[in-house]
Amino acid sequence: MSDLLNQDEKPHRGGSTRREFLTQITMAGAGLSFAPILVKSVTPTSALALIQPVKVNLMVNGLAKSLTIDSRVTLLDALREGLAMPGTKKGCDHGQCGACTVLVNDRRINSCLTLVAMCDGAQITTIEGLAKGDQLHPMQEAFIKHDAFQCGYCTPGQICSAVGLVKEGHAKTDANIRELMSGNICRCGAYQNILEAIKEVQTT
Amino acid sequence: MNELVGKPLDRVDGRLKVTGAATYSAEYYPGNLAYGVIIESAIPKGRLKNLDTSVAEKAPGVLKIMTSQNSMSLHFPAGSDPGNGKYAEKDLLPLQSERIFYGGQAIAVVIAETFEQAEHAAMLIKADYDKDKPVFSLEKNIDQAYKPKQGLGGSEVQIKRGDADNALQSAAVTIEETYTTPVYHHNAMEPHATIAEWKGDELMMYDATQSVMGSKNLMANMLGVKPEKVRLISLYIGGGFGSKGFSWPNTVLTAMAAKLVGRPVKLVLSRQQMFTNAGRRTQTIQKISLGTDNAGKLNAIKHATTSETSFVDEFVEPAGIATAMLYSSPNADISHSLVRLNKGTPCPTRAPGEAPGTFAIEAAMDELAYKLKMDPVELRLLNYAETEEQKNKPFSSKNLKECYRQGADAIGWKQRNPQPGSMQEGNYLIGYGMATATYPANRSASTAKAILFADGHAEILCGTQDIGTGTYTIMTQIAADAFALPMEKVKVKLGDSSYPKGANSGGSQVSASVGPAIRAAALGAVNKLIKMAIADSGSPLHGHKEEDIVAANGRLYVAKTNSGESYEQLLSRNGGKVEALATTNVSTRQQEANPAAKSGAEEEAEKESKTNAVVQDDEKTDRKPYAFHSFGAQFVKLRVDKQLGTVHIDKIVSIMDIGKVLNLKTAKNQIMGGIIFGIGMALMEGTGYDPNDGRVVTRDLAQYLVPVHADMPEFDIRFIDKPDPYISPIGARGIGEIGITGITAAINNAIYHATGKRVRDLPVTADKLI
Ligand code: FES
Ligand code: FES
Repeated sequence: MSDLLNQDEKPHRGGSTRREFLTQITMAGAGLSFAPILVKSVTPTSALALIQPVKVNLMVNGLAKSLTIDSRVTLLDALREGLAMPGTKKGCDHGQCGACTVLVNDRRINSCLTLVAMCDGAQITTIEGLAKGDQLHPMQEAFIKHDAFQCGYCTPGQICSAVGLVKEGHAKTDANIRELMSGNICRCGAYQNILEAIKEVQTT
Repeated sequence: MNELVGKPLDRVDGRLKVTGAATYSAEYYPGNLAYGVIIESAIPKGRLKNLDTSVAEKAPGVLKIMTSQNSMSLHFPAGSDPGNGKYAEKDLLPLQSERIFYGGQAIAVVIAETFEQAEHAAMLIKADYDKDKPVFSLEKNIDQAYKPKQGLGGSEVQIKRGDADNALQSAAVTIEETYTTPVYHHNAMEPHATIAEWKGDELMMYDATQSVMGSKNLMANMLGVKPEKVRLISLYIGGGFGSKGFSWPNTVLTAMAAKLVGRPVKLVLSRQQMFTNAGRRTQTIQKISLGTDNAGKLNAIKHATTSETSFVDEFVEPAGIATAMLYSSPNADISHSLVRLNKGTPCPTRAPGEAPGTFAIEAAMDELAYKLKMDPVELRLLNYAETEEQKNKPFSSKNLKECYRQGADAIGWKQRNPQPGSMQEGNYLIGYGMATATYPANRSASTAKAILFADGHAEILCGTQDIGTGTYTIMTQIAADAFALPMEKVKVKLGDSSYPKGANSGGSQVSASVGPAIRAAALGAVNKLIKMAIADSGSPLHGHKEEDIVAANGRLYVAKTNSGESYEQLLSRNGGKVEALATTNVSTRQQEANPAAKSGAEEEAEKESKTNAVVQDDEKTDRKPYAFHSFGAQFVKLRVDKQLGTVHIDKIVSIMDIGKVLNLKTAKNQIMGGIIFGIGMALMEGTGYDPNDGRVVTRDLAQYLVPVHADMPEFDIRFIDKPDPYISPIGARGIGEIGITGITAAINNAIYHATGKRVRDLPVTADKLI
């Protein structure tokens, strides 16, 4: 009991830590299908134990990028901090808000839940890569026309998610769009306008 | 004139926002940037006995671990008031001592080369505490409640007229109920973020704030540097809703960390930290007593609110404020009490006071209507306040009856069966509900600079900010009209403390405050241009009378003859540009959180404004005789699943009387956003605390539910769109907050109508309905 108490009273940043999450991912990746989600990982005595630079080759918005990067870095942080491409947003870092949505090999994913080390060889499209030069992507045009944002912070994620959704072929009814966009939170509440924007692109 | 104002134009920053090119505060990359991570206290009260940083210090990439031992010492902020518990002791400021006053308080900051390294090192720090007995339950400590003397900005929070107690005793019909609301967290999508960089004694900061000026002044104050040595930028803000209206410890800690390591530092709060370290809406316990005669005419209103504050500062959620003026009643008694808890300080959250307050009073009005067997709309019309009875002043403009009428029509109010539980569709009970929305119309002093350039474009500089409401866009509309230029030729620059002082984004005041200053500055610049033309012997306008010259489409000309020239032609002969400063010194309320001494630039602006006819006209209007408020009517139709108790909102009709609509597109979006915040308050949001140690258990967006796409109803949002003749020459009142008012009650009242169950405790989750 006293042990448990000590554990709880460790100074904290809250939620599951990147390190715990990494443990889960690695174990799952190693084929241990009963990933020990409930097992607390042990605090390493040597910090060095976690440092593993990895080399990753990515195609980001059609450009080849080669990174040698800390193995703990998420795709989101690799984009925002490593490549200084802040168009992709961090809202929660836990896969709960959708602000970090990008397209990896044309599929929408939460880049905060994806380690960059898992993306070697992947084609990544971020909000910065949707327009063709000065010509906006139709989804971007529709977002402006329908005023589908206010602060704009969830917007890159909403747009990438919407582009992915249309591609998936499920954006057929209002109810479907609403359901399948529900992983993208807009605290400003531009939902109705986002729906209108997606509908416009879906039907053109 | 007024061609652009009022048009539903696309946002001027839309392209930047849909391409990811708008830069938020964490998105700058000064050379040699280091990353900071805050370590929080795991206990709510006590003392840090030992902080073992030895392992963490050796972790790769770690530059420094900042604790109370090695951090720079801070100065009291202006506005400290020990007598009122505001930063009463020096060690209440971040990292100034080992004492702990709330769970989640910063006890250290790790600064490292990368974010990952900082996060990792943070895990290696061990803290030992001497624990004290904390207080964190509002209900259990209600006997400790005290009555605060004043609210935010010196506002009145204990309000009385007549004798409500006496009147209640003789009332024919009474209602007395208690309504409760939980703690809510703002959860703006952008986490609080700061980058700080020292260059000698100068400090450059990028900070997600609703007040570039307030944040800059506070930083200068606490860090002990001259305000002119601090520059703070906030070009785009990922939502605030009140949470970025105060400066939280993270901002000053970033500057302290940058000083300590001698490098620029970026520090972004995690979503989890936003639940302990960046404010919240307080829990409220609100007791409402209403007394009427047999016909339903109110004779007494009582609204007693108890809420919480911290040991570090005082904040009153003024839940009863709107009740003082919402309905006609000779007797009213509005009171507020506070209990100090070992939690971080609460702060304004979208419509602080009005949001939880209109839930209580408007649900109580509904209960009263049913008790009187009256239509809830009729009850409100019977008790309609033609004047502001507390202040005994007429409203500057009020069209609430029209809001009720249009709203009732649009939702089909008359067609419903008023009997609770009487309407069904298959497995669902159908309910209709309504409530009144209201929010004060605030305006405060603002300054703006206008510049016309020889290439024909113009700029506005103003130290206010756009937190997502559309300020860039509507200010461009206002400025373009005043400059007589098309939108594309006008660039409005905000979010930089080096610009003239604009209003902070609080109290829905930016449009009403900054708009007139920007308009006056732009018109001032055009007026200078006209004078320049008259004086210029090379101009076709030379020697003409000022009043004969008009500006349109970037050109000055004599109205009768059409002879004239373009701004470009005139300016290229006359020094290349013309500048005008304007300060509109108008306030509809007491101000302000961090008043600072006037800078030289502000004095210059005030001097110039004395010769600006637009400012003089505006300031001449006598506003004292009027009460400034916006109003609206919220109508809801919803379904409740008979077996599951789940609530599905079908339709929300919202009719708003907010003065002139500056841009229908952004205005509708604002109201909708407020309503959606209200849907969250009514049905799903609420922060849970561990009853044993007072720590937040709903520390992320999987535990703290906010409305998502799938929760959306159909919206019908309309505006009365009658300019307010007294607020400003533009006639617009603010709209950032009114949308959330009344809506929780309208939803609650509709649930009662559907089910016959009155839930007086928010949020109305399914378990409360089965
Ligand atoms: S930041 Fe990735 S889902 Fe929130
Ligand atoms: S636009 Fe602000 S969160 Fe969506």
